[in-house]
Amino acid sequence: MQLSPERGWLRRLLTFVAFVALVLVVWEGLKFVGGDPWRGDGWEWHPPLEIWFASDLLLPHIWDIWGALADPVQRGSEQSLAQFLVGAAFYTWREAAIGFVLGAIIGIALAALFVHSRLLERALVPYVIASQTIPIVALAPMIVFAFGPSVVSVVIIATYLTFFPVTISMIRGLRAPDPRALELMRSYAASRWSVFWKVRMPASLPYLFTALKISATASIVGAIVGEGPGGIPDGLGRAIVNFNTQYISGPEKLWAAILASAILGIAFFALIRLGEALTLRGRGLDAGTA
Amino acid sequence: MTDQPDRAASVVRISGVDKEFSAGGRVVTTALSGIDLDIRRGEFVSLIGPSGCGKSTLLRLIGDLIAPTAGSVEVNGKPAHAARLGREYGMVFQAPVLFEWRSVEDNVKLPLELLGMARSERETRARQMLDLVELGEFRGHHPHQLSGGMQQRVAIARALALQPAILLMDEPFGALDEMTRERMNSEVLRIWQQTGTTIVFVTHSIPEAVFLSTRVVVMSPRPGRITRVVDVPLGQPRNDDTREEPRYFQVVTEVREALRAGGGLGGESTGASDDRLAAEGRVG
Repeated sequence: MQLSPERGWLRRLLTFVAFVALVLVVWEGLKFVGGDPWRGDGWEWHPPLEIWFASDLLLPHIWDIWGALADPVQRGSEQSLAQFLVGAAFYTWREAAIGFVLGAIIGIALAALFVHSRLLERALVPYVIASQTIPIVALAPMIVFAFGPSVVSVVIIATYLTFFPVTISMIRGLRAPDPRALELMRSYAASRWSVFWKVRMPASLPYLFTALKISATASIVGAIVGEGPGGIPDGLGRAIVNFNTQYISGPEKLWAAILASAILGIAFFALIRLGEALTLRGRGLDAGTA
Repeated sequence: MTDQPDRAASVVRISGVDKEFSAGGRVVTTALSGIDLDIRRGEFVSLIGPSGCGKSTLLRLIGDLIAPTAGSVEVNGKPAHAARLGREYGMVFQAPVLFEWRSVEDNVKLPLELLGMARSERETRARQMLDLVELGEFRGHHPHQLSGGMQQRVAIARALALQPAILLMDEPFGALDEMTRERMNSEVLRIWQQTGTTIVFVTHSIPEAVFLSTRVVVMSPRPGRITRVVDVPLGQPRNDDTREEPRYFQVVTEVREALRAGGGLGGESTGASDDRLAAEGRVG
């Protein structure tokens, strides 16, 4: 258990790599025993079984997805699929990040309000919760209708998915300080303002980061979903819709886009995790793994 | 027993204080009833009694963390509320209540920041206080890197940083082991003598109360009353030899009998070790 931090990181990295390798082996293994025939230069392999989801259409070969990344994104295009996806991912990430920051600010502000007013908490928290029971696919067209088919709508959708986990976690986090810490501040005749910034806010940071990690991935989902009705052609959302329509002729493209979305989500998550580690170091908390 | 101190020398003046806790408009507990107590400048007064006798409540009343239902609490000649706003208190709890995101030194600086003291002055004062509790070399550490006793010393340094008129300590060593507790007792006496601060100290432990105090206030449970105030005629400075003096044992016995008479001890407790068990097992 008592690994030095460097060895801890190394072990985590190795575990991750091993898991990815396992997924790839199982993926191709399924195709080997139950997929479509494999054809190479002068050889063929006919899998003995037939597993319906291991077909080339539903589960393309890893190397076909890999190969598609290097191919032009469209016939005659200068740009490779990989280049296109990287650009689209950055575009989507920008929308998600703006929504994420706005959502985090709104979430923290709402929680601060609720922690200082039981009345507001009782009056408004049910609506905050109800807001999240509306499916985003139902809400997105309405937002686009209200704010126009633009990046603004996409950012609002990402914000909408971000603020909720932050609000709920921060209500908890801002109430986390030991009651005696609040008594101590009272004995110093500290103002509410001082109590908030010197005790409640720092004490809530572990809760905040837990929420931000959830929100980071949610904001990306929000941006991708919002790009469709928002009519944004440059992001992953439109790419996924387009590649969906081309699935029969080239399933690798959709898989590549899904892969790009996943990597984007993981990268955003990892960025927040890094921020967490830097912010909370020195507190003597057990280093979390997620 | 208590001779009336003159008003000027009185740091704490409690008269006719009752404290009731209510829920839904109904009185649920009468925590304290008819409390009168004067504490002179520079005194070390312990409040002792069984769980539920309201000794922590009394301490919180002195510190204006809660308000009395009846009666008045004056500190330094003004209402406790005004004294709190004037930042005349230092508080130490059973747990150190240090902020884990602040270094040891920054924890001590917290009250100084609230006071709006200049940065350089904060620096000097925090170092003085850490030197006072002999933790100067640990100022850059974070609380979790220190032992329980050291953390509690940081809490004491923080409480003394504002050079308060009165230091309120609520079972500060209740969570420490016996040996650390005895060392901390000597430490607190040294600090008390060096600073001249008035100290009010809540404890479960008879030996601790007698060793530390100039007076021991014995309380009885439900409703909490002061049953007796025992003077401790032991000289200063006190050290490990003090714990072996016959007079020390006499006062310990006197306090124990006062507790028993007030219903504080069920009669089963006969030795100091039992008091330790009581202190460890219960929360005031």
